[in-house]
Amino acid sequence: MAQETRNAYGQALAELVKENENVVVLDADLTKSTKTIEAKKVCPERHFNAGIAECNMMGMAAGLAASGKVAFASSFAVFATGRAFEIIRNSICYPNLNVKVCATHAGLSVGEDGASHQSVEDVAIMRSLPNMRVYVPCDQYETKAIIKHVADTYGPCYVRLGRGKVEDVFDENTTFEVGKVRTLRKGNKTALFAMGLMVQEALKAAEELAKEGIDATVVNVSCLKPLDEEGVLNITKDFDTVFALEEHSVIGGLYSTIVELTSRTKPLKVVPIGINDTFGESGKAKDVLNKYGISAEHVVEVVKDTLK
Amino acid sequence: MEELELKKHANSVRKKIVDMVYTAQSGHPGGSLGAADIVTYLYFEEMDISENNVKSIDRDRFVLSKGHVSPLLYAVLDEKGLLHEDLHTFRQVNSNLQGHPNMNEVDGVDMSTGSLGQGTSVAVGMALANKLDKNDHRVYALMGDGESEEGIIYEAMMAAHHYHLDNLCLILDLNHLQIDGNIEDVMNPTPHKEKFEAFGFNVTECDGHDFNSIAKAFECFHNEHERPTVIIAHTIKGKGVSFMENNYAWHGSAPNAEQYEIAMNDLKEVK
Repeated sequence: MAQETRNAYGQALAELVKENENVVVLDADLTKSTKTIEAKKVCPERHFNAGIAECNMMGMAAGLAASGKVAFASSFAVFATGRAFEIIRNSICYPNLNVKVCATHAGLSVGEDGASHQSVEDVAIMRSLPNMRVYVPCDQYETKAIIKHVADTYGPCYVRLGRGKVEDVFDENTTFEVGKVRTLRKGNKTALFAMGLMVQEALKAAEELAKEGIDATVVNVSCLKPLDEEGVLNITKDFDTVFALEEHSVIGGLYSTIVELTSRTKPLKVVPIGINDTFGESGKAKDVLNKYGISAEHVVEVVKDTLK
Repeated sequence: MEELELKKHANSVRKKIVDMVYTAQSGHPGGSLGAADIVTYLYFEEMDISENNVKSIDRDRFVLSKGHVSPLLYAVLDEKGLLHEDLHTFRQVNSNLQGHPNMNEVDGVDMSTGSLGQGTSVAVGMALANKLDKNDHRVYALMGDGESEEGIIYEAMMAAHHYHLDNLCLILDLNHLQIDGNIEDVMNPTPHKEKFEAFGFNVTECDGHDFNSIAKAFECFHNEHERPTVIIAHTIKGKGVSFMENNYAWHGSAPNAEQYEIAMNDLKEVK
């Protein structure tokens, strides 16, 4: 099956507002796109539309959280983390308020809308904020687990969600230990650390690489902060070279997260496969991702080139 | 409370402000002194805040949207007997009395503020929460006239009107000055009254240094049962200290020893 992580978010949120009357939901005129409308259908009185005013949405979320609510605030990733950045910094993270910034339409996979709507830096800027936790689920099941987790975890959280359908990595019986890295495939040559939709690409790439005698470990890193340092180091200890795969700028995202940790210990070559300090462009999501090297084929090439 | 008692408290608050900024050799005396009467009135007459409920959110709350006048908030909390901090540590390392207030470090500080405009937006969220919880608590926010140049203020005003937040009382501290000079010269945000009216507010005005006038303005807020209220408070920046009055140079600078003596002398008697 394939499902949008934003759809899974809407479903999880609808469950959440039913279960927990402290949960409030805010949106900025994108309820049908971010899928917070699912929560509104269940509980309209706890769903607040801020209109096209992301800054005030975050401010209101802070005020609701300062009043004991668990506030979920959603918009597209560009606007949620960019336009409203300083409200998130000063009115949510500094006072450590219980606001969950759940942003959809992250990354190049937004597709046709083009660069103005394709956030490639949201993880970097959210990760840099003290008190902020950062999550990037890879499929619908992990999204639901993470949404439940952030609702139960006090403090500011950022959850990065996508627009397009992504193949299931897990199923309804999977149990999640949110916060820990998860090895999805074990290999002895190298490790592919991946976040978001690059997890599926990493798995496909690993299949191809195996055919050519390169057996790769594939690791899903869905919690960028706080990072499961022990989990990462347990995997990197067996390799000289690993790869960091992300639908995000190579500045400040998963690659940076891994390097910031591993550069403190033993020498390790970490190769970034992500967006190379550039904006995206319009096109079908698949075409845009291919053009910018966010694909299994590109991963196979880079891994082979690096390890030869 | 008798008017004279309020005046005594406000005068004491002003002395504390001057003392804090002088001791720290840093801080914002002008706006702190200018809004001293209004915030004194708020804490002594208007809000249901006391030692018994200060740690709780189950009461009226105040957001100091113009967070740089933190000396005023700390001084009023101290005057009210709610502060457990030494005012002389203001702006010093290891102190809970941060340059701009931190809600997690000081009891009675209801929101961390400092970045202009945001507090007003947060106050809207708090008022919304009170509506949701169907309680009678009120939310007050003090914003500057210079602060009204921030775009988020208008987003917040729109939302306050949209959600019928009659439990929200904004106070516009209209002293006509901002760091770079007269607000009309820097970036003219006037007309204030007409803007608030256009945004659907119940607008009332008061002399921000006359307790009877201030009381009437809050009465106007109490009598409103549909719209959010704004009190446009006409104030004098630096009020009470002769050489600071109406002088934007005292927005964010500290007096020297000689100036400190003059200031304390100006505040010797309750006027």
